[in-house]
Amino acid sequence: MDMGFVLTQAISQAIGVTAIIYLLATMGLNIQFGYAGLLNFGQIAFVAIGSYAIGVFIIQWQGSVFVPNLWVAILYAILLSVLLALILGVPTLRLRADYLAIVTIAAGEIIRLIFKSTDSLGGAQGINGKMGEEFYAINPFPEQDRFDFGPLSYTRNDAWVVTVGWIVIALLLLLTWALMRSPWGRVLKGIREDEDAVRSLGKSTYFFKMQALILGGIFGTLGGIFWAIAKQSVQPDSFVPAFTFFCYTILILGGAARVMGPVIGAIIFWFLLVFVEQFLLLLISNGTITFLEPTQVGPIRFILVGLGLMLLIIFRPQGILGDKKEIALDAK
Amino acid sequence: MPNSAATHAVSELATVTAEPGVPKPDPLLVADKVNRHFGGLVAVDVDHVEIQRGSITALIGPNGAGKTTFFNVLSGFDKADAGSWTFAGNTVTNTPPHRLARKGMVRTFQLTKSLSRLTVLDNMLLGAGGQTGEGMLASLFPFTWRSQETKNTERAMVLLERFSLASKSKDFAGSLSGGQRKLLEMARALMLQPELIMLDEPMAGVNPALKQSLLDHIRDIREQGTTVLFVEHDMDMVRDVSDWVIVMAQGQIIAEGRPEIVMQDQRVIDAYLGAHHDQELTASGGSLTEEVTS
Repeated sequence: MDMGFVLTQAISQAIGVTAIIYLLATMGLNIQFGYAGLLNFGQIAFVAIGSYAIGVFIIQWQGSVFVPNLWVAILYAILLSVLLALILGVPTLRLRADYLAIVTIAAGEIIRLIFKSTDSLGGAQGINGKMGEEFYAINPFPEQDRFDFGPLSYTRNDAWVVTVGWIVIALLLLLTWALMRSPWGRVLKGIREDEDAVRSLGKSTYFFKMQALILGGIFGTLGGIFWAIAKQSVQPDSFVPAFTFFCYTILILGGAARVMGPVIGAIIFWFLLVFVEQFLLLLISNGTITFLEPTQVGPIRFILVGLGLMLLIIFRPQGILGDKKEIALDAK
Repeated sequence: MPNSAATHAVSELATVTAEPGVPKPDPLLVADKVNRHFGGLVAVDVDHVEIQRGSITALIGPNGAGKTTFFNVLSGFDKADAGSWTFAGNTVTNTPPHRLARKGMVRTFQLTKSLSRLTVLDNMLLGAGGQTGEGMLASLFPFTWRSQETKNTERAMVLLERFSLASKSKDFAGSLSGGQRKLLEMARALMLQPELIMLDEPMAGVNPALKQSLLDHIRDIREQGTTVLFVEHDMDMVRDVSDWVIVMAQGQIIAEGRPEIVMQDQRVIDAYLGAHHDQELTASGGSLTEEVTS
């Protein structure tokens, strides 16, 4: 274990599967919160729907005529995500923004607890098994054990997962960019600034907010689908509210309402988290730090990252890509 | 050069009797038995009122008279408990604001709602109606909306020029001064090419130098054929610019008429000025009314 190992670990996590999952969910939040100002505190619900749709349809319903293959299961997952957005949005989007926050955070927990307590949906054990065989079957990488990209090394499956993940992200970034430069995106930003003003200008803000909630939810669901396929396992207790808060952290770190904000945020967030962890382990292993046990490193890295984020909010509230002038306007 | 329709509408008003609920020769907005109460408090109880097309009509009254509530109800931002109203002959009772705006009835707000983190030009473009690019799918294909966007931008720049904001078009609206925001909000409402523009206290918080230019803009709006209805505290403005004045007190319309007549009406003086009615109305405008009605 040396400094090179620490850096390699940090870099590989910063662009790895977990970062991709968080990034997809955060890109959805960027549309909802960053552009439209919707306080969705239950993005994890959309992620859970994606993961569980794959788990349940592929493993629990194995051989069912309704789910001939993975691709159909993905389609179902997206439809369920739209349904969830409608269920959350219809009663709350007419109300003040705070209500959506309360309803979504509760919905996330309700969904997790339903999955956890229903045996046909995996129960407390979750769902484990081969999910996404069709996906791995089309892996174009040649048959060999490991693939090395510079210092990074991936298994054949991981290399394929990460490649597809970043391609999907690139396409969704392009979609976000195209939407947000258009008059549709302009209405969304207007709603974020002052909904009543936009209503007085002849736009049905309810309709636009619903579209934003659905689109951002689908992004989150894609993250969930990806999660199930990459990890081959769906555990109810992975889908805790903290996930959404990390997404907000990533979004604010990178810069909200910036197309590339979540990307920068996710990469830096995961880099720092893993770097701090590995670095502390390194210091413990060579005896530099004697007052910590390796098991204490996990919580401590979150303390340090939390501290860093507090400093960021105080000294650079606009995030890395944001414009300080824009933030200052809010104070007026 | 005054628009002939506007002058016609105004000259028609000259012959209308000054009494509450009087019918107008060419009404654009007609409200009947509008009632809005909060618990036991009756905020609005308007029996009948008509707004003349092509005129500038002022809605005045002491604080708590129900002007803003009436305004909110008519513009769809609040729901009436009873009553009905029509706009250009169509019933628009409790129609949501975005539908009203599409029908040609647009309002501004007392606390200016400029969209801070959008540029001045984007604020204006948001006002344009019937945009193809506001459809989520169409927005992905710029060729479906680019030409419309160009036309809207041209129209927005003409309006910004008129309101002396053209040089600010690329700045964030949040960087404008209070008065400039008022102008922007007015210009943005005009992007909808409304038949009726409803201004909620357009003079609130505007410095005296800008007031004159705001008055000119409001007259200008009438000359271009748009009917103006505004709520205001500033008596100078009411006298200077309005063709017709409607006075509310305790939720009811207690008087209406041409400004010079209404301001001499004893009921108005009593309701508005109370014990201080012997003081000159022009003496200190807004501050006097505030002092008296607080």
